[in-house]
Amino acid sequence: MTSSADPPITTGGIAWPRIVLPIATLALGILIWDLVVGIKDIPPFILPGPGLVAATLLSDWPLLWDSLLVTLVTTFEGLALALAGGIGLAILFNQSRLIEDSLYPYAVILQVTPVVAVAPLLLIYLPQQAAVLACAWIVAFFPILANTTLGLNSVDRNLADLFKIYGASRVSVLLRLKLPSALPYMLGGLRIAGGLSLIGAVVAEIAAGSAGAGSGLAYRIAESSYRLNIPRMFAALILLSITGIAIFLALSLLSYLVLRRWHESAIASER
Amino acid sequence: MPAISAGMTAEVRFDHIETRATNTSMPPAAEPSAASAPVVTLSGVTKKFANGTLALDYFDLTIRDGEFVSLLGPSGCGKSTALRLIAGLSEPTGGEISRSGIGRGGRSGNRLDVGFVFQEPTLMPWATVFRNVMLPLELQGVERRAARRRVTQALERVGLASFRDAYPRELSGGMKMRASIARALVTDPPLLLMDEPFAALDEITRFKLNNDLLGLWRAVGHTVIFVTHSVFESVYLSSRIVVMTPRPGRVFTELVVDQPYPRDERFRTSAEYARHCRIASQALSRAMEDGSPEGVS
Repeated sequence: MTSSADPPITTGGIAWPRIVLPIATLALGILIWDLVVGIKDIPPFILPGPGLVAATLLSDWPLLWDSLLVTLVTTFEGLALALAGGIGLAILFNQSRLIEDSLYPYAVILQVTPVVAVAPLLLIYLPQQAAVLACAWIVAFFPILANTTLGLNSVDRNLADLFKIYGASRVSVLLRLKLPSALPYMLGGLRIAGGLSLIGAVVAEIAAGSAGAGSGLAYRIAESSYRLNIPRMFAALILLSITGIAIFLALSLLSYLVLRRWHESAIASER
Repeated sequence: MPAISAGMTAEVRFDHIETRATNTSMPPAAEPSAASAPVVTLSGVTKKFANGTLALDYFDLTIRDGEFVSLLGPSGCGKSTALRLIAGLSEPTGGEISRSGIGRGGRSGNRLDVGFVFQEPTLMPWATVFRNVMLPLELQGVERRAARRRVTQALERVGLASFRDAYPRELSGGMKMRASIARALVTDPPLLLMDEPFAALDEITRFKLNNDLLGLWRAVGHTVIFVTHSVFESVYLSSRIVVMTPRPGRVFTELVVDQPYPRDERFRTSAEYARHCRIASQALSRAMEDGSPEGVS
């Protein structure tokens, strides 16, 4: 009745086109890319063919891998801080109207100000690594804050009454009712924040690029651009995309694993 | 008088309840004795919402120990408001509520000791049935082992023992409501408040839960205030029906259902049942027409 009846995510007939079709589209795109480069005889410093990009990815792998690790560490540190900051602030806002009214506008300002414009300033006042981290944090924390705030305010009113009837303390209401209610929202925010944190890290690395000390993946792109090493730019770009996809998939999986027993979003249609 | 109701023999899970019901000497609840102590008294209670709606206007009600009282009225007549006031979920804007019978002594001070069943099952979707039913005990700081024992007992009472590890979404509507009732009963409250608990269920499930609720009431012996808009449900369950007028909510009349318990499917098809339903039905339509209180019909 319980866990054994839970089907895994649909692996039946519906899922295959959703896997095969994007891959076919990708293959088609690469084919056209290759053909255009071949037929028009475009030089590699303007547009390298997919074969050359793949070769560069392999030959430059040690360099790119080290850079990828740097960017990944920044991304996850930013994400972790965003998670802590976003949830922490949301809880604070939820507990005190005064704090919410005083601070929420600034959280919005932080979000709507383009991080590209903020990054150079941060780089002046902070050590480079800290500035990059700060950029990742600034863009990643808002979706978590906004979603968690929404979640904490979306508590079932009858359940809230029930807690009141049994004289639950504020802490008890927060831990047993509000945070579990907000969990699906938080995970939704986290999924958005994961991608944004990578973007924040990349933007800051690009901005810091001219300062020269960085060695993240975005720094490699900037550096390759100065040297007109276009194949490496493409290789680094592809690596960044794959990283973004991997982060999204990993966070989606996390969300599914956490919610699969009870939340509608994670339940396969079984009607 | 049959000791076992037809509905209950069909449901094997409930068998121990009848044993308890027949063995314990229950007070004759069919005749609400004026001698039993009042549990809750509302005198001249008025509730006006912030938006100006007058939900209750000089509402008088006395609930005595061991009664099964239904508040019957159309939607918007303040039934649920009255229930929420009794539960202490909101404060009256006028009048007085005395809850002499349901204060809780001890370290938790003057907190009320009531069980509340909402119209929706209102279970925490992230917790198993067991954890849901354990919640009130956890919130009251009951020692863990004792709490587990009481949860097991409450689940057995409502016939959900084998679903203790299921999540709410895995249960049917009726089973969710059983879990909700188990949660309300787990603290063994002297007063059980039910806000149209079966309104969203199909008729078959509702009849079954009606029977089971009566079985529980007779077994446990608490007082029940049951809000409903169904004449038939109120007559079947209650020892007393309070008919309310809509906008503003007032007591229109009170009807005593002087039929003996246990009541079963035979009662549901009896001439007496039909007669009481007719009386209640007429009272309800008059309450909706002119709205002004009158004497008992």
